[in-house]
Amino acid sequence: MTERASVESGHKPLLSLRNINMTFGGVSALKNVSFDVLPGEVHCLAGENGSGKSTLIKIITGVYRPQDGAVIEYDGLTYSHMSPVTAQAAGIQVIWQDLALFPEMTVAENIAFQTVLGRWPRVVNYNSMRETAEKALARLGVTLDVDRPLKDYPIAQRQIVAIARALIGEAKLVFMDEPTASLTQSETDYLLDIVRALSASGVAVVFVSHRLAEVLEISSRLTVLRDGALVGIYSTEGMTQSRITELMTGKTFDHTIRARDVSANPVVLEVEGLSRQGQFEDISFTVRRGETLGITGLLGAGRTELALSLFGMLKPRSGSVKLEGKPVHFSSNRDAIAAGIAYLSEDRLSLGLIQPQSIADNLVIASLDRIMAGGLLSDNSKRDLVARWIVDLGVKIGQQGDAISTLSGGNQQRVAIAKWLATDPKLLILDAPTVGVDVGARAGIFNIVAKLADTGLAIILISDEVPEVYFNADRVLHMAQGRIVNQFTPSECALQDIEASVYA
Amino acid sequence: MTALVNRTRAFLGPEMAGPGFALLGVLVVFSLISPQFLSRATFGSVAFQLPELGLLTLAMLLPVLTGGLNLAITFTANLAGLTLAWVLQQNGGVDAGPGAFFLGCVLGIGVGALSGVVMGLVIAYTRAHPILVSLSMMIFLRGLGEFLTRGGDVSGFPAFLQPLGHGSIFGFPVPLLVFIGCVAIWHLLLTRMKLGFNTYMIGSNIEAARYSGVNTRKVLVLVYTLSGAMCAVAGIIMLARFNSVRVGHGESYLLITVLACFLGGVNPFGGFGRVIPVFVALVVLQLLASGLNLMGANQHLATAVWGILLIAVMILRFAAGHLKFLKRKKG
Repeated sequence: MTERASVESGHKPLLSLRNINMTFGGVSALKNVSFDVLPGEVHCLAGENGSGKSTLIKIITGVYRPQDGAVIEYDGLTYSHMSPVTAQAAGIQVIWQDLALFPEMTVAENIAFQTVLGRWPRVVNYNSMRETAEKALARLGVTLDVDRPLKDYPIAQRQIVAIARALIGEAKLVFMDEPTASLTQSETDYLLDIVRALSASGVAVVFVSHRLAEVLEISSRLTVLRDGALVGIYSTEGMTQSRITELMTGKTFDHTIRARDVSANPVVLEVEGLSRQGQFEDISFTVRRGETLGITGLLGAGRTELALSLFGMLKPRSGSVKLEGKPVHFSSNRDAIAAGIAYLSEDRLSLGLIQPQSIADNLVIASLDRIMAGGLLSDNSKRDLVARWIVDLGVKIGQQGDAISTLSGGNQQRVAIAKWLATDPKLLILDAPTVGVDVGARAGIFNIVAKLADTGLAIILISDEVPEVYFNADRVLHMAQGRIVNQFTPSECALQDIEASVYA
Repeated sequence: MTALVNRTRAFLGPEMAGPGFALLGVLVVFSLISPQFLSRATFGSVAFQLPELGLLTLAMLLPVLTGGLNLAITFTANLAGLTLAWVLQQNGGVDAGPGAFFLGCVLGIGVGALSGVVMGLVIAYTRAHPILVSLSMMIFLRGLGEFLTRGGDVSGFPAFLQPLGHGSIFGFPVPLLVFIGCVAIWHLLLTRMKLGFNTYMIGSNIEAARYSGVNTRKVLVLVYTLSGAMCAVAGIIMLARFNSVRVGHGESYLLITVLACFLGGVNPFGGFGRVIPVFVALVVLQLLASGLNLMGANQHLATAVWGILLIAVMILRFAAGHLKFLKRKKG
């Protein structure tokens, strides 16, 4: 643990945990973990799903009670465990990922409703609520109309409201659980500014995020957990994204550029001057057999809309699409699927898979015609088809009939890919295939992508994480404001060249 | 042996536990209380009463599986019955021949299917809530039916219809045979046909189904069409049973069909549910009514007992779910 950053002299930690152990039903969730937070710092808590991050937060906020021997020092006092009441009273606040807000109520009510709970007389003073809310927002340097219902505001502003609510109770330490997961790049920048302002005003912020670029940008120190154990506490200075990944997973990933020259292969898809009002403009490109074409760019660049147009779910206004040389016009995605185009949705939870239904049904839904026998669905062919894909793509499952929601993100994504491969496509569009997939499992997904390309499948890989397309695609297009603004060949350029173009 | 058990279990599905236990409970309790309960007479009365509610429940089942509802089922059945009655009367009333009956059945089923097509199209294309759409259809059909019949009964049918309502083949009541045939068709549809598969998928997440290439509009229209056609079958059986048609016949069945689906383990939000457990649930409800009747209880009391039974099922289901959750937490 040579890299462990020492607590700078002169700063006594605001929070310091020692010897934290926690087991659930015989399974150890936290093993002898220690953790500290300095006053006013931005500290990142990193780890894969199931590494113990949430358990640690729940111990600090008093939801769980750690095993005997735990020492929690906070603001000069020592506790053996916290309770939700003591934690709140001591100024510890958590903003959970789902925000726990009331969309139908006004901004003021959302921020200040706790101040009127359990008070006598039982009447609500709206003026004082409004005042409290405005004060909390002013502290963040934000102005919102506190009388408007929350649902009128986009998700980034709602996040601000959740933060403002956390601040009214004289917060000293705020935990933020994946605060940027549903934000666009500009919204994220806005939120990070707020976090900086918060930190400058003396509030310590513990930031939990999967997005390593943000972690490096915002935090001064980093605590990494793996399998319930502390890996170390590090200064973010001089830290790289790949180093954090290694610490989180305990594996080293060799980032080699996969790009090959496939210009001799026949063209599968040819897009010429494709436009759709307000979404994308004059898009032209080709994808060849065995080629992986990366498309990157910030959210809102029109990537998903372009993909949906190729998949027949949106109608382009002008331009042409040729599949294996023949012009195609799709009136629905059924036409596109029949022609050999498959689209893996970026939203696996609500569009990509049918979460309550079984693994088997999710896998065969797009290829029912292949499991018919004598005009009826055949359970045997279905079982065989599913079993074959489960083996081929290395999906870890219990029973074929289990709900798909019981699988991890990485395994769900493999099933989603198998669903499309079962339709025997010529072109597979992968829209953000690693969203919600653990860092360790991402490499597995890209191994599958590489193997598929080797079999001759044409692949469009859409991602807002530049390294993903840089390392895994043969060519990279950069889309911004609905146009292709740049084209790169990873084997002939540096990762920084693409990043400079995207984040400029 | 285990393979056979597994296959039986797969055939019956997890939804079978509730109605299965309820069936066992009702049989045990009533045969202990009343020695006449396990008799031909009881089963005869169940067998003749089951089909009306049963066919209407089948009509309700498909829309419920898609996460919708068809509130127009009883009046669709009435209108289909009226259509058949009209064809028979146009062809001589009591003297009408089998040809007229056949034509009337085809037209009646057509009318039922048409009511379903209209609802299906509106639901699929406007994305209006099925409750509102089918409620509107229900009010329209009731008004239309009452206008056409002036609120009275239509009767005077040929004698050869008698067996359809009251006859037996090898001891099995004809309406029951029709019902069992329809149960078999619905079972086949839901377990072995693409339409059935897609019905479940749409019920769980219609957008995700659409992204997977399911023609969600077509499925919705077909589901409501089949629901309407099944209503028409119920209407024809009701005509034969009562030897008359009146708008409002069987109206009280409407909400019972929803509850029968629920008792049969159908997820009220759609996506899950099987035909066989629903069939067993219907048998339980009829046995309960017949058993109480046998004990001399008032017919309205039987309805009240149905309500209590359903509340008990809900509580038990909650308790079972809770138990499973605790088990998982421990494990």
